Amino acid sequence: MHFDAFDRYHEKESFLHKLDPRVKVLVTVIFIVSNALLPDGAWLAFIFAWLFLLVINFISKLGLGFTVKRSIIALPFALIAITVLFSIPGKPLTTFNFLMWELTITDAGFLRFISILVRSWLSVQMAILLVAVTRFPDLIHALEHLKVPAILTTIIAFLYRYLFVMTDEVFRLIRARESRSGGVAGRRSGGGVLWRAKIAGNMVGQLFLRSFERSDRIYNAMVARGYAGHLYTLNAHEMKSYDYFAAAFAIALIFILQLIGRL
Amino acid sequence: MLLSPAPLHIPDGFLSIVVSVICWAITIVTLYFAISKTNQSLGEKQIPLMGIMAAFIFAAQMINFPVAGGTSGHLLGGALAAIVLGPWAGMLVMTAVIALQALLFQDGGLVVMGANILNMGLITAAIGYGLYRSVSGQSKAVKLGVAGFAAWLSVMAGALFTALQLWLSGTSQLNIVIPAMMGVHALIGVGEALITVAALSFIMQTRPDLLGEGSESAKGSRNWIYAGGIISLLVVLISPFASGDPDGLERVAIDMGFIDAGQDAPYSIIPDYTLPFLGETALSTILAGVVGIAVVGAIMVLVGRGLKAKS
Amino acid sequence: MPVTHIQNQFSTPESNDVLIVNELHFSYPDGHIALQGVSLKLCNGDKVALVGPNGAGKSTLMLHLNGILNGKGNVQISGKQLTKDNLPSIRAMVGLVFQNPDDQLFSPTVFEDVAFGPLHMGLPEDEVRQRVDNALEAVRMTAYKDRLSHHLSVGEKKRIAIATVLSMNPSLLVLDEPSAGLDPRARRTLINLLRELPITMLVSTHDMALVKELFPRTIVMDEGKVVADGLTQDILADEAFLNQHGLEKP
Repeated sequence: MHFDAFDRYHEKESFLHKLDPRVKVLVTVIFIVSNALLPDGAWLAFIFAWLFLLVINFISKLGLGFTVKRSIIALPFALIAITVLFSIPGKPLTTFNFLMWELTITDAGFLRFISILVRSWLSVQMAILLVAVTRFPDLIHALEHLKVPAILTTIIAFLYRYLFVMTDEVFRLIRARESRSGGVAGRRSGGGVLWRAKIAGNMVGQLFLRSFERSDRIYNAMVARGYAGHLYTLNAHEMKSYDYFAAAFAIALIFILQLIGRL
Repeated sequence: MLLSPAPLHIPDGFLSIVVSVICWAITIVTLYFAISKTNQSLGEKQIPLMGIMAAFIFAAQMINFPVAGGTSGHLLGGALAAIVLGPWAGMLVMTAVIALQALLFQDGGLVVMGANILNMGLITAAIGYGLYRSVSGQSKAVKLGVAGFAAWLSVMAGALFTALQLWLSGTSQLNIVIPAMMGVHALIGVGEALITVAALSFIMQTRPDLLGEGSESAKGSRNWIYAGGIISLLVVLISPFASGDPDGLERVAIDMGFIDAGQDAPYSIIPDYTLPFLGETALSTILAGVVGIAVVGAIMVLVGRGLKAKS
Repeated sequence: MPVTHIQNQFSTPESNDVLIVNELHFSYPDGHIALQGVSLKLCNGDKVALVGPNGAGKSTLMLHLNGILNGKGNVQISGKQLTKDNLPSIRAMVGLVFQNPDDQLFSPTVFEDVAFGPLHMGLPEDEVRQRVDNALEAVRMTAYKDRLSHHLSVGEKKRIAIATVLSMNPSLLVLDEPSAGLDPRARRTLINLLRELPITMLVSTHDMALVKELFPRTIVMDEGKVVADGLTQDILADEAFLNQHGLEKP
């Protein structure tokens, strides 16, 4: 079974796809940092940041709306910020009653709330774009080049490789559980919460043992091919002049965004 | 459907740069120690082992069980990873899982990843391992009970740290975000505890050799017991204090320069959680927290006994 | 037409033995005795089937051929005694392909996996790339170089798994259950590939039809011992013997 649901890369022939993954990672991070640094209510800068995203969407040949469509993922978290609507002092905009409280939304609170949402929304789009135009193994190489410790990048590489194998195993376990948990009409099926938790826990335990044994077999397969505790990798990436140029250009644009936001 | 983002995965945009950078700093220093320690203790097998265990945690997070009313319990895994792999390896494994979730699925942000690793990977592992090791040599029922309690508390600690970071970033109001996060996670934590206990008891029965008390030295594990204990105590003390007397914590934060004083002067919206007979004092809220945690701990020990008796 | 012992005209008879196993004994730490005095010999160019019921000790034997397990007795590869000191060079000479390709292919991409062996032999980058190309060419998977491993079918994974050891230019190929889990077409492709590969191989399998079709010589193991070693057609003709060792005539 293939879990295409896990594949975030979209194959296209574009400048962005060919760009060195280091550049893409760096620009993404700098863009997100820049969003976090923009002051509340820097609408002009926010609009330009969004235009920047649109242009990148366009260059990537994924379509102008590509990232917007996928960007609602972080939205549920907005709930956590909702209290700023009422908690920051300012001119009252509207007052309403919610259960036992009288809530007043202030202009300053509203400004802050919307600014938080916009920052998050812009940032998540850039992150979506990063994995859409970069194959995940290349992303791991980029992290290696950017001096993330090899042991971490290696664990992530293993995790990425075996994500698919293990989730397959989980779904087999879940299917086996479901096919054995029939219900009789009119009766509650499935036992109590404790019992269900125990079944889930047993599945986790089972999965752990299988994983442990698998790691042994993989270790053997590595040793059989000369592994002796140190990992060697070949990194296929070399920064070309257009990579440097693209990086410099993007960073300059982000810098201008900051200037706009602070004018 | 597959990946329901847990409320602990903070997206980019919700934390200020200062808070993000401080969390990164703590995370990087801890990971530096984790890397050098695992290099010493696990040997050449560590790379495939930790890689596969990361995939295991990722996959195990998908195993859920229906609780009630369409909600389901599932695993975060920090405490479990630390208990079965040791604290340092557990931290690295959780770091890889959180990094992949952020990079590949945007489940949690990139610039705030340091905070997410700290909340979900480092603190959970320290509490899980520290508390579990404090009862090594005890009976199986006690071990399972403590493991369950540690799992529950690890989720609560993650929630508390998340709440504090959100508040320090000026994203949420302290006296709302702490009760809200802690309340929701008190329930989520029970799912975590149940699965952790059941999984551990399964491993204890089938492959007890794999739980050979880890590779930590006696001194090392004593340090972990202290570390886990101190963080647990912080959770117990801070959370009621913070929701009962937000002004106090706020002053500390202002003094330390996290918040410019003009930004927050929170209106009090939610009445404080207190024990009625003690009135509204910090002492009363701390006691309320202790009582709550003791009750949950007792339940976990009983559940551990029950599971053991059945099997 | 048994072609068991083709003499290679360019080498002396002594150096012609690619693999010599002599009186190998092994017990697992839990006390289970897996090998009780196994001896066998493979000459250059031999393609030999290793059959026997589950638990006969086939996999344990294979893990000894490149020193992952160390029992009593001795193992020689191309005239070199297997010891702790020359493990790296022995491992480069013995290409061990495990049964489950998901264990064998542990890297995110095909290229990284095929390059793993040569890289860990310490070869320079150009040579590594050349070897990857050659190995993929040999298993007819050149177009798959940049693919992600989890996108491959089981049959493709099996072929890539073989490429991951061919890239080390081994003098002996050891395969564990290469045809298990393959659909008929993928199995046919694999048989053709094994037939074409100009390399000495020892293949553990339950697929008796494969044995009959591909291997002139067969070694039968049971309860940790070699119980027969000879021409495949002779062994397969003795139905009583096959039944006695849990095997079936194809």
